[in-house]
Amino acid sequence: MDFYFAAILQGLCFAPMGLGIYLTMKIFNFPDITTDGSYTLGAVICALGLSHQLPFIVLLPLVLLGGAVAGSCTAFIHTKLKINALLAGILVMTALYSVNLTLLGRSNIPLLGYTNLFSFVRNPAVNMFLIVAAIVMLLIFTLHYLLRTDFGIAMRATGNNEIMVRSMGVNTTKIKWIGLAITNALVAFSGCLIAQFQGFTDINMGIGIVISGLGSVMIAEAIIKLLQTDKVWMNLLMVVVGVTVFQLVLAVTLSIGIDSSLLKLFTACFVLLIVAFAQRDFLGSAIKR
Amino acid sequence: MLVFNDVSKSFFSNKPNEVKALDRLSLTVSSGEFVSVVGANGSGKSTLQNLVAGTIMADRGNIRLNGELITGMADYKRSRWIARVFQDPLQGTAPELSILDNFRLAALRGKAKKLKIGIDKAFKERVKQQVQLLNMGLEDKIHQPMGLLSGGQRQALTLLMTVMNDVKLLLLDEPTAALDPRSASRVMELANRLVADYQLTVLFITHNMKEALRYGDRLIQLSHGRIKRDVGAEDKGMLKPQDLYEWFNED
Repeated sequence: MDFYFAAILQGLCFAPMGLGIYLTMKIFNFPDITTDGSYTLGAVICALGLSHQLPFIVLLPLVLLGGAVAGSCTAFIHTKLKINALLAGILVMTALYSVNLTLLGRSNIPLLGYTNLFSFVRNPAVNMFLIVAAIVMLLIFTLHYLLRTDFGIAMRATGNNEIMVRSMGVNTTKIKWIGLAITNALVAFSGCLIAQFQGFTDINMGIGIVISGLGSVMIAEAIIKLLQTDKVWMNLLMVVVGVTVFQLVLAVTLSIGIDSSLLKLFTACFVLLIVAFAQRDFLGSAIKR
Repeated sequence: MLVFNDVSKSFFSNKPNEVKALDRLSLTVSSGEFVSVVGANGSGKSTLQNLVAGTIMADRGNIRLNGELITGMADYKRSRWIARVFQDPLQGTAPELSILDNFRLAALRGKAKKLKIGIDKAFKERVKQQVQLLNMGLEDKIHQPMGLLSGGQRQALTLLMTVMNDVKLLLLDEPTAALDPRSASRVMELANRLVADYQLTVLFITHNMKEALRYGDRLIQLSHGRIKRDVGAEDKGMLKPQDLYEWFNED
């Protein structure tokens, strides 16, 4: 398979995660660190399901449920125990490492031998693309609907101005709860897709996922600002574009011969660069307001 | 309609820096009354409103709204009857959401937010008609994000949003403090008109003595968490700003 095409495919597999991070950024106004754990959790549930010959139709709800439960834990710690949301995420992420390791039984399970979502296609590259693209389109369509409903408006407003939303009679605790559950379900789904795409589940595959998600969303925000659009579906589509661009940049880095052990360092620097630029721009527009 | 019965609220209780924000305050506001509240900083005006809104809870005493006990009710539950306009024009609206989305939230005050798209043609028309009342030309911009508007425009829209649903009580917390004189008088005229049209009961906090005298049919002065003066419509009409300044000097 062509190197860059694989990067695009991988980007599409990461798209649900990017959309999830985008949602928490909108609802919470800061990234949900649980992501690192719930992503691996999705991959772990996927590995267990595939190795036990569970049909995908049964496996998928389990993956989504696993992510949603992880998100609910973070929401509980944050809203009921009143602990800073970043810390709440870190706590759940740390706990999830043990949960994942216990569930998986060892640190790595290869999945190449099992029937999965992609194994019935004949022309792997193109058909894989079609399957993942269809899934992503479906997700965009669903989220686009959700965000425009009355519930979705309340959700978007919560991250924007919580005082106002509460004074409008919205229980923001419930909104955050549901928002985090949805987000982490999406992230777990991404973990499940990636595990099938790369053919294995590894206990450490989630490290730094939240950073790549954040970077992707920042790229998306930059493009959105450039296009000056406020259409919800364009925002969602740009998040998918952002995730893909992010993976392509990593692919380019690898192909110009940077040592793969430096990849995480490069990722962090790259995200820092984007965030710093986005921040400058953000401050500029904030002053104008 | 709104009854405070022997309500106290302290901050930093049992510490050397204890502040008695409200001290066994009792107050009855009848339906349709427009009450202006004045008082020095720290006299308990904001605490009074926060207790009504439910963002803080009383230490003792009870608060009733239309006969219903609301003393310990969560803020988002009582906001079905209570609308609020904040001092900071940015607090009353969500900046990244469009005018239309903001109005949709306001229209759903205290109702369930369902998984269906509520913004249809009829709703857009309704918002346009409401916004037209302002004469600010905003009716063609209802798809624009709130954050692009000026403080005065946002405060006026916040006021309009309060009457998108049938609220009973309007809390105005120095709504014009951050506005220029022209925007301030526009916002207050609008408030006055909406209060009359929708027969709202109002609790209006202000540091502007002229506004305190001009608007409302009852004037209350708070001092050290208690009601120091309570002036009805007739006597209020005879007062001059000078008299109010003297009230403050007594403190």
